[in-house]
Amino acid sequence: MQPFTTLTGVAVPLLQDDINTDQITPINRNINPDWAALLFANARKLADGSADPDFPLNRPQFRTPGILVTGRNFGCGSSREGAVWAMIATGIRCIVARSFADIYRENCLQNGLLPVELRPADAQAFEARVVAADGATPFTVDLQTQSISGPGGPDLAFEITPADRMRLIEGLDDIGLTLKHAPEIAAWEERMAGTQPWLQTAADSRR
Amino acid sequence: MAQTLFDKIWDAHLVARRADGRELIYIDRHVLHELHAPHAFKKLAQAQRAVRRPDLTFSVQYHTVSTQPGRDDLTNAQSTPFLQAMRDGSARNGIRLFDIDDPEQGISHVVAPELGMVLPGATHAVPDSHACTVGGLGALAFGCGTSELEHILATQVIALKRPKRMRVRVEGTLGPHVTAKDVALRVIAEVGIAGGRGHAVEYAGAAVRAMSIESRLTLCNLAIELGARSGLVAPDDVTFGWLAGRPFAPQGRQWEAAVAHWRTLASDEDAQFEREVVLDCAELEPQITWGTDPSQVVGVGGRVPDPASVEPGQAAAFRRALDYMGLTPGMPVAGLPVDRVFIGSCTNSRMPDLEAAAAVVRGRHVAAGVVAMVVPGSSSVKRQAEAAGLDKVFRAAGFFWGESGCSMCAGGNGDRGEPGERCVSTTNRNFEGRQGKGVRTHLVSPATAAAAAIAGRIVDVRKLVSGAA
Repeated sequence: MQPFTTLTGVAVPLLQDDINTDQITPINRNINPDWAALLFANARKLADGSADPDFPLNRPQFRTPGILVTGRNFGCGSSREGAVWAMIATGIRCIVARSFADIYRENCLQNGLLPVELRPADAQAFEARVVAADGATPFTVDLQTQSISGPGGPDLAFEITPADRMRLIEGLDDIGLTLKHAPEIAAWEERMAGTQPWLQTAADSRR
Repeated sequence: MAQTLFDKIWDAHLVARRADGRELIYIDRHVLHELHAPHAFKKLAQAQRAVRRPDLTFSVQYHTVSTQPGRDDLTNAQSTPFLQAMRDGSARNGIRLFDIDDPEQGISHVVAPELGMVLPGATHAVPDSHACTVGGLGALAFGCGTSELEHILATQVIALKRPKRMRVRVEGTLGPHVTAKDVALRVIAEVGIAGGRGHAVEYAGAAVRAMSIESRLTLCNLAIELGARSGLVAPDDVTFGWLAGRPFAPQGRQWEAAVAHWRTLASDEDAQFEREVVLDCAELEPQITWGTDPSQVVGVGGRVPDPASVEPGQAAAFRRALDYMGLTPGMPVAGLPVDRVFIGSCTNSRMPDLEAAAAVVRGRHVAAGVVAMVVPGSSSVKRQAEAAGLDKVFRAAGFFWGESGCSMCAGGNGDRGEPGERCVSTTNRNFEGRQGKGVRTHLVSPATAAAAAIAGRIVDVRKLVSGAA
């Protein structure tokens, strides 16, 4: 996984609550899709199929975004990880939201995409700064110092658990971390085979 | 210390605490599908990692499959690469596959319970947010992403932060034609689509105890629409009776031992929940969504709400939803003309769902101009329904009767509506564009969906069957 330390990029505002993964990446019927093209594929287009010039990601100043700024419960709905891969493919490595849906936040961490949850007291002012900047001046997200700097105001501190922070900064392989516990997994299986043996077999009794 | 049902299952499955503080929870049953697993199979092969427990892992084809009678790989050319990648990955890793032509193929959340793969007190993972469905049997389930799926394949554990506990107590006796789906929609309306975020939800109370297993599966299916990754109902004699003799359930003496253990799983009397919600459903009428998220719900006799009546923060979302749905504030929901009706999905595609719909349809005909579909949740359900003659009831009334799969719930197989169509659907998400670009989805129970197909408009099923509508 690509480590995340700092990121300087254009911040694009998409200030709605409850944006779901069907909106982020409509279900895709190609096994190897162009993920960048799928990002907000429906919302980007008008009814006649042409690009909606008012959709933030279609506006010239937001063509190469690095940071997405959005509302509450971002990424609710389906567990599809493509809704994170499409961000990465577009160059977005950080999402600043009022809150995230549980599975989406996990999928971000698995892919080196930093999910920043704003403190409620900071959200409105920061969103206003992003709108005012209008893509003209970039913002910098520093995970080492846990702060966001940029036009229109002072540096903004954000919270993240030390564990999630370390995982992103070091770009740790999640499976590798868990495999350090392989002996405990084996011991658990052996114990469970004694106490709840029906959980350690899934045999078809007809075969 | 007093424990909840959730705590008991979680603690029994806690293998270790990782250096980063995450808890490794053992997964007893892992079910994969063709939309997401091929990518994980590829990454696993690249990393030269093996599947730790192929014997506890199953593959099912259901997201992209055609619903056309007599389907094969070529019926839906776009799904072929997914089906093939699933076959290759499953064979390479020694995982049993329920393929497109398997007599027990179907939606994971229908198949895993009906075969007895998931059990009370077991943990379960599927790369599908509706994994929570099987909580209806008292199993703790986690919908997960593709990286997590790969992680479980390699390690048989999932690395999680312990969620908080929430209990939803549903009291009262449900009236005729009022179902678990109506209860679930009302709960989402009360709690909100993010109200369960960070929680595991236990459904309890007299109304839940009185529910069949299929109804409990429907109830838990919609836990994710509250934002909760897991939903649970404590197992009881109804559960044990339903599971007994199913092919993957324990047999003989192991069955006796298992039931004895399962009886200990209920939440302790004085167990603490971080959040508790109580809902009396004695007077509940059939529910329907009017908007574009599953909390935007009214009774079928109700009116479309006015954005002016909600807090300012919500008003913009309300207006946007009204605009997408082609509705104006204050208009009654009943009477809205319907273009399409879909009965199916992991929410409402089991035998009792189809029976409830058929009871409304029998002796009647789909209204002119309405496209109506029934897609059973599994090939087993389809066979049972055909043995009971339900396919004939639906077909005689003008419904399409399909092969099992997700179909129009998410449109991953190409079953979709046309822009602007109003679709009354027994599925779980009324999101913009979910059933096709511009399609206006209203979520309801199977009985209410069947009534809409017959009337050609949204109608109170109780009035339709009594002749008052």
